[in-house]
Amino acid sequence: MQPKLHLPADRIAHARLLATRIAAPVQDFIDSHSSVTVERATLRLAGADGANADGVPVPNLVVDQVRAADPALLEDGVLLRYVNALLRGGDSVETLNRKIAEGFDVMSLPLGDRAALEKKAAELVETGMGRIQSMREQRKGKLDEHKDKNNSPLLYLIVATGNIYEDVKQAKAAVKQGADVIAVIRTTAQSLLDYVPFGPTTEGFGGTYATQENFRIMRKALDEAGDEAGRYIYLTNYASGLCMPEIAASGAIERLDMMLNDSMYGILFRDINMYRTFVDQKFSRMINAFAGIIINTGEDNYLTTSDAVEKAYTVLASQFLNEQFGFLAGMPAKLLGLGHAFEMEPGIKNGFLYEFAQAQMAREIFPEHPLKYMPPTKFMTGDIFKGLAMNTMFNFVSKATGQGIHLLGMLTEAVHTPFMMDRYLAVDNARYVMNNIADFAEDIEFRKDGIMVKRAHSVLAETISFMEDIEKTGLFDAIAKGMFADVKRPKDGGKGLEGLIKKGPAYFNPFETYLASALGLGK
Amino acid sequence: MNVIRPYGDTLDDGKIQLSFTLPVADGAKGREAARKLVLSLGFLDCEVVHSAALSADFSFYVVYGKTEASIDYDSVVADEASADASMGMDEVNEYIKQKIGRKVVVVGACTGFDAHTVGIDAIMNMKGYDHHYGLERYPEMEAYNLGAQVPNEKLIDFALKVKADAILISQVVTQKDTHIHNMTEFVELLEARGLRDKFICIVGGPRIGNKLAVELGYDVGFGRGTFANDVATYIVKKMAGEL
Repeated sequence: MQPKLHLPADRIAHARLLATRIAAPVQDFIDSHSSVTVERATLRLAGADGANADGVPVPNLVVDQVRAADPALLEDGVLLRYVNALLRGGDSVETLNRKIAEGFDVMSLPLGDRAALEKKAAELVETGMGRIQSMREQRKGKLDEHKDKNNSPLLYLIVATGNIYEDVKQAKAAVKQGADVIAVIRTTAQSLLDYVPFGPTTEGFGGTYATQENFRIMRKALDEAGDEAGRYIYLTNYASGLCMPEIAASGAIERLDMMLNDSMYGILFRDINMYRTFVDQKFSRMINAFAGIIINTGEDNYLTTSDAVEKAYTVLASQFLNEQFGFLAGMPAKLLGLGHAFEMEPGIKNGFLYEFAQAQMAREIFPEHPLKYMPPTKFMTGDIFKGLAMNTMFNFVSKATGQGIHLLGMLTEAVHTPFMMDRYLAVDNARYVMNNIADFAEDIEFRKDGIMVKRAHSVLAETISFMEDIEKTGLFDAIAKGMFADVKRPKDGGKGLEGLIKKGPAYFNPFETYLASALGLGK
Repeated sequence: MNVIRPYGDTLDDGKIQLSFTLPVADGAKGREAARKLVLSLGFLDCEVVHSAALSADFSFYVVYGKTEASIDYDSVVADEASADASMGMDEVNEYIKQKIGRKVVVVGACTGFDAHTVGIDAIMNMKGYDHHYGLERYPEMEAYNLGAQVPNEKLIDFALKVKADAILISQVVTQKDTHIHNMTEFVELLEARGLRDKFICIVGGPRIGNKLAVELGYDVGFGRGTFANDVATYIVKKMAGEL
């Protein structure tokens, strides 16, 4: 698409440079730390799975056993003890998982020969990473098979019944109606659980538990529905909250295609400790990168809590930071679904021009990124007719600016979880608008001194000045001071800090080493 | 007596628009089923103006019906803490100065597992909602917004600590009646600790009504369309004994 906004390339480069400078000290901290969920994700990649009679997952049991034996041992990495138990017992991964679920303590065995442990671990890496690689190839095969059959932007619909089997019905109907992407909303507060539940689930509040088995059930259903519809259906879940890397691991194993995954969302909007989140997001993104999973970042949240006109620059700043933390985790631009939203108050004069300008700005600044565009929610009132009109405007901007992933707005937003017919009306509206203006983007230019060009320039300038302040303050302190989203998060506050682990000199994580090497990340 | 009926384009024509989904394939039989269903609701007349397939087994209908049902408007009593008579922000602050003579302390949270802060933020955040500033902006109020997923116990402890006059609870998620359990637990905890009379207890949310709130032991409940000044008006009038 031809650029329309005449944005100064040197200012954009300067903003990117600021992002690298802001992220660098945080990255130093990240690289010297692990966390309980990073360790559990590592175990999952190695094959640890299942749960005991109380529902405590095997990866949690292993971490708890190591901690109970001696908390200081966590700094060596937990995988070592799991591999040791495998070697000593001569068991398969499945047998060991069952034994652990039945009460076996991996710490009851003394540590064996280091070379043998490393050899066994290398085998697990090969098996685990091989499986993810083959999922990646399967996806590629299916995408090639159904080339150019998806809508552009991808139409993204949500299911949220709480029951995975009911979700399947809703998702299949959504595919039939034209969806390209199905997201299964998680149950309320799963983000604050420091474990990933096990098995298929049928009870959730406002959504369905993210479990590996639920992923598998939905993947199978969507493959069937996609084959029938003649296009690939992207499955989406949430690698966010206290278990970012574990969800990423389960998603990689079951061929999810997109993950909601933001470098700061958990800190700001879920009050998760900042150190914990930064450490967790890195490993989760390394897994996503290797698995070819597109991440969707959560900038829309800035606008639902703050004013969309005044705080537009916080979205762009966050996009630059999410991009940078993504690059540092080995993610290429084409996997970075940076988020933004159409959330201005509908009564604003020329609000449509501002929305249009900002969506175009995101497109031009992040040209290769599959931008994730979120619909109006904050000013949806229950007037479903007005809601449908607002969604139409949103659909227009999305197509006219070449967005990548288009979350369909529901006319009944703020009323109830979507009815089947609400999704139909949303797809119908989007397809009407997007077909009707198919080549609009190529056919127009913006006035150089017009409202839209000026708006984009001013948001970029504000963003740079904001990022300069953050660089001076330091990212940790900037968050603590409330510079993002008007919320202050103390450095040692929030949930999950106790799960942070300082890596020791003998820290052992061959999965991390493998990923870093495969993704071309320097040590 | 003031008998009224729905108004389409003529007084008393009783026209109503409906849309719904049926778990059957789209087609002549589905449309007839939709028509008969609407007639069975008591409509005299029914026209299916649109139908579409949602999937192989589901279909969508837009239907107009004509009803003879009516209501005596004079007999209607509204179930909402009346927002019609609320004071504006400046008036509330003036009222506090005149009749209370000290700052009014308000603590709010979205409690239980509910993670949706949009409601409590609309009432409390500086910015407010739709040109109605939130309680944080009221100079005569001290407002604490504890955010989302706050356990009931913690909220009570905090309210005690800051000597709150009023506690605001927001409940957005209502799936499987989770809000009822949570709202009930809060009041029971307060009563168990002998603190119920210490605070004005207010609950709000898109599917909360005053009637439900009062039944569960709250002073008042606010639903859809409530702004900060409606809540503020209630708190200060209650404190001044004018309610």
